[in-house]
Amino acid sequence: MPQDFISNLYVFILAGFVGFEVIRRVSPLLHTPLMSLTNALDAIVVVAAIIIAGRHETMLTTVLGAIAVAASFSNMVGGFLITDRMLRMFKSRSKQQ
Amino acid sequence: MSAFDLQQYLDFAYIAAVVLFVLSLKFLSSPTTARMGVLCGEIGAALAVLATLLTPGLREYRWILIPLIIGAGFGIPLGLVHMTAVPQRTALSHAFGALSAAMIGIAEYYVGTAPVTRFEMGEIALEVIIGSLTFTGSLIAAGKLQEFLPQRPIVYRGQNIVSLSVLAGALGLAIALVVNPANTLLFPIMVVVALIFGVLLVTPIGGADMPTVISLLNSYAGFSAALLGFVLNSKVLVVAGALDGSSGFILSVIMCKAMNRSFANVMFGAFGQVQVSAAGAKEERVVRSASPEEAAAILSAASKVVIVPGYGMAVAQAQHKVRELYDLLSKKGVDVRFAIHPVAGRMPGHMNVLLAEADIPYDRLIEMDEINGDFPQTDVALVIGANDVTNPAARTDQSSPIFGMPILDVDKAHTVMVIKRSMNPGFAGIDNPLYYLDQTLMLFGDAKQFVGGIVKELGGH
Repeated sequence: MPQDFISNLYVFILAGFVGFEVIRRVSPLLHTPLMSLTNALDAIVVVAAIIIAGRHETMLTTVLGAIAVAASFSNMVGGFLITDRMLRMFKSRSKQQ
Repeated sequence: MSAFDLQQYLDFAYIAAVVLFVLSLKFLSSPTTARMGVLCGEIGAALAVLATLLTPGLREYRWILIPLIIGAGFGIPLGLVHMTAVPQRTALSHAFGALSAAMIGIAEYYVGTAPVTRFEMGEIALEVIIGSLTFTGSLIAAGKLQEFLPQRPIVYRGQNIVSLSVLAGALGLAIALVVNPANTLLFPIMVVVALIFGVLLVTPIGGADMPTVISLLNSYAGFSAALLGFVLNSKVLVVAGALDGSSGFILSVIMCKAMNRSFANVMFGAFGQVQVSAAGAKEERVVRSASPEEAAAILSAASKVVIVPGYGMAVAQAQHKVRELYDLLSKKGVDVRFAIHPVAGRMPGHMNVLLAEADIPYDRLIEMDEINGDFPQTDVALVIGANDVTNPAARTDQSSPIFGMPILDVDKAHTVMVIKRSMNPGFAGIDNPLYYLDQTLMLFGDAKQFVGGIVKELGGH
């Protein structure tokens, strides 16, 4: 088993625990924004897509990479945008008056 | 600066991004700090993207910048959709996330001169299968939510056997590829079979189960990104994918608990088929109905009111009228709160977002466990477009399909008023004994019009 796999597995398991502990504390009030925010964070796969598209090794991989760049960047931009729009709507009574 | 140094700076940028991502989710624990969380996430993502654009070895910026512009061109309108469209937008974004993870995995199979090792092949195959099925599954979910496709479950005899055979086919092809990674013919077939499985997986699932399905697809999209991190040996992807995956997983567990059902039951149970036998055997029972004038009189005489919103409120777009009602009653000194069931609506937190959009303060939106004890002291429970989540049969009737599901105990309120279009059974086709109780008044009509009628009576406009 490659050494990289083992170190990635460590990272994955620890990140999973951190995720579990942090997300458990998110108020149910904000479950919809949570989903759109994690979606925007997940769109970080755009960095891998940029490398695949930009290396331009074969036409096939470049096109696949370019599609991935567009799809994930759309999630990144749209995800942050809609999360912020939703969160701006959540006001407490004291703020409204 | 040499390429090696630059690579190290990139790693620091990625580490900073990962820290900011965790902080981003941490700030989401409270509505007062949540927007700070978005800012952290944005800074982290921007850092990572800019650092990547400086990666040594990128030759063709055309193939990066044009897709980035196209992505922004799709992303901005998708970020500006109306709040009522948020569930389908979310499903669509899971589709996009899974699509890009699948595309990169596929490219990774074809890239490079040396054939992939068996171990790498296994990682790639698993990643591409999950990414592909999540892509088509999420598209079907988005289609159902947008009502391009029927929301009712589409079922046929032997469905589970067909679906599971297709999944087994995809996994079999993956194993064949691990045995011989150079068999390039099998790879595209495996992708197609996985895409078909995604369609088969979500088509039989009904609209009422969408909160669980969306959460599950969320978690698949996250885990496919994490797996991609393994394939590419990219820690930033492993972390972001693990965060997204565990978030989706936690939400799925919460949704399943809120329906007292297992994952397997949601995915393969085809819940929500109208139960013909149960409906046919039912005897005629009397219900009492009331007019907007009567409802207004009862509400203004109350001191404590709890409003229970459901998917019907979202469909009728009644949330702004509900806010007017809330304002008028609050002005008269009535204590008005909202009871939010975890699976009310079509996605986790759906009702909260709609009511927040209508400017109802979030401290009036109360979770099920917190408000259930207050129903016996509640003068009026006003149910707007919610059905199964208020069904007392879940507590008492062992033969009911929803027996054991945690519900909002509205039947314990002094008076219950239910706004409903007709006596037709709801989405799940389960009769609701709440409607026949002595203290229940049925308010027949469209939620928006009926609440509008009450508002008019109370002196609004």
